[in-house]
Amino acid sequence: MERDDLIEYSLDTHHNEEKGKEIRKKIYKVTILLTLVTVIEVVLGAVIKQDASIWPLIKWTFLVLTLLKAGYIVMVFMHLGDERKWLRYVILVPYFIFILYLIFIALWEATAIKSVLTYFS
Amino acid sequence: MAGHTAALDSKTLWGGKISPFSTSYGKLMMWFFLVSDALSFGGLLISYGFTRHDCLEAWPIGEETFNSMPFLGHGYPLLYVALMTFILIISSVTMVLAVEAGHRMDRKGVTNWMIATIIGGFFFVGSQGWEWYHFIHGSEFGKIELADGSVAIVKGHFGEIKNFTVTKPGNHHKEGDVIKEDLMHTFQHAAAAGHINNGIITLHDGSEASITKEKDHELTLIVKKSGKLNKASKAKRKITGVKAEKLYYEALYSGEANRVIYGANLKQNEYGPQQYAQFFFFITGFHGFHVFSGVIINIIICLGVVAGTYHKRGHYEMVEKTGLYWHFVDLVWVFVFTFFYLI
Repeated sequence: MERDDLIEYSLDTHHNEEKGKEIRKKIYKVTILLTLVTVIEVVLGAVIKQDASIWPLIKWTFLVLTLLKAGYIVMVFMHLGDERKWLRYVILVPYFIFILYLIFIALWEATAIKSVLTYFS
Repeated sequence: MAGHTAALDSKTLWGGKISPFSTSYGKLMMWFFLVSDALSFGGLLISYGFTRHDCLEAWPIGEETFNSMPFLGHGYPLLYVALMTFILIISSVTMVLAVEAGHRMDRKGVTNWMIATIIGGFFFVGSQGWEWYHFIHGSEFGKIELADGSVAIVKGHFGEIKNFTVTKPGNHHKEGDVIKEDLMHTFQHAAAAGHINNGIITLHDGSEASITKEKDHELTLIVKKSGKLNKASKAKRKITGVKAEKLYYEALYSGEANRVIYGANLKQNEYGPQQYAQFFFFITGFHGFHVFSGVIINIIICLGVVAGTYHKRGHYEMVEKTGLYWHFVDLVWVFVFTFFYLI
């Protein structure tokens, strides 16, 4: 029996040709941006050696560029930017709370363990 | 009060009729699954960071470890993995274009873009297989323990082995036999087992042979673990020229077992600390398995598109849901790429 009490699909799912063109333009823009960022990362990684004095700066640049790429993938490709505000929060906030805490505790512990290992070696 | 209840009809209230966040049940559950999967990958990458942070040995450097290119050989740092990353990003783009075509109910567009995505996915899985093959197989020089106890990795162009000329007969080969087959494989096995002594190789059948080999070019030792003489300190870790050649072959032809390690597996690792290989196999393997299952799911959905199942349903939400999964795989790779290859 067909059920008529369920709305299967979210409301803003179909769009016309004109809106499609607009969306495609945005997709191509993001594609170029992601490619460019990858090229920059690889060139930096291949040219600057890890014993160079500016390496820490390069490392942070990599992290920022990675988060930028991730942001564009999640917000544009996965359409999270087009979803309702609270859906964004429900997905991102718990994740970041867990992950930031885990990063903090792991690096903190690793530093402590390393100091012990160094002391006894 | 009757007026109030009339104003709040079932369209305004949820009443089971409107999904939370105006998103369908399937899409919402896909997002929750992806959050949990992202936590798994986050946990894996953080444990990798933990191990790297408390490791006393020098950690492998991406551009020194991954520098081979199909058909071109060695000496192309990070180029192949950059190509892999690019392929995966492009397949993500074709996926989002398939989703967009679905919103316009353009069945042909969805089919074409999905096929492009599947091809990109296969390319990526194949590339990862190739990358693993190289990682397991190792370089031509291997990692070497020098006479003073220091450990170094080796860069340069390995001079080709021309032949082995038998000098002392064994069960199989006669004196004066010239062996020209399977040279590199035999050479590496003998070197790792300590069966090469002063340039004389002992073969499987007990015969001894001299090695005819072209000269290596630009042989460079990069000391990773300090010994009595050679230090792994930043300024002095590179040894080049005649000295590098002397030290390398002195160790390689020492006749002692386990002085050289070729490639990586779960027991030994040419590139650096053993944990590095374990993490490499687990994390890129886990990701590769995600890509593989993503390709399979894409194929199933693509068949549904071709059969017209979603067109009849009136919307292409299934394409959107697999799209979410596929983009997630791309997203994870962005992080794996940074932490394994760049930093």
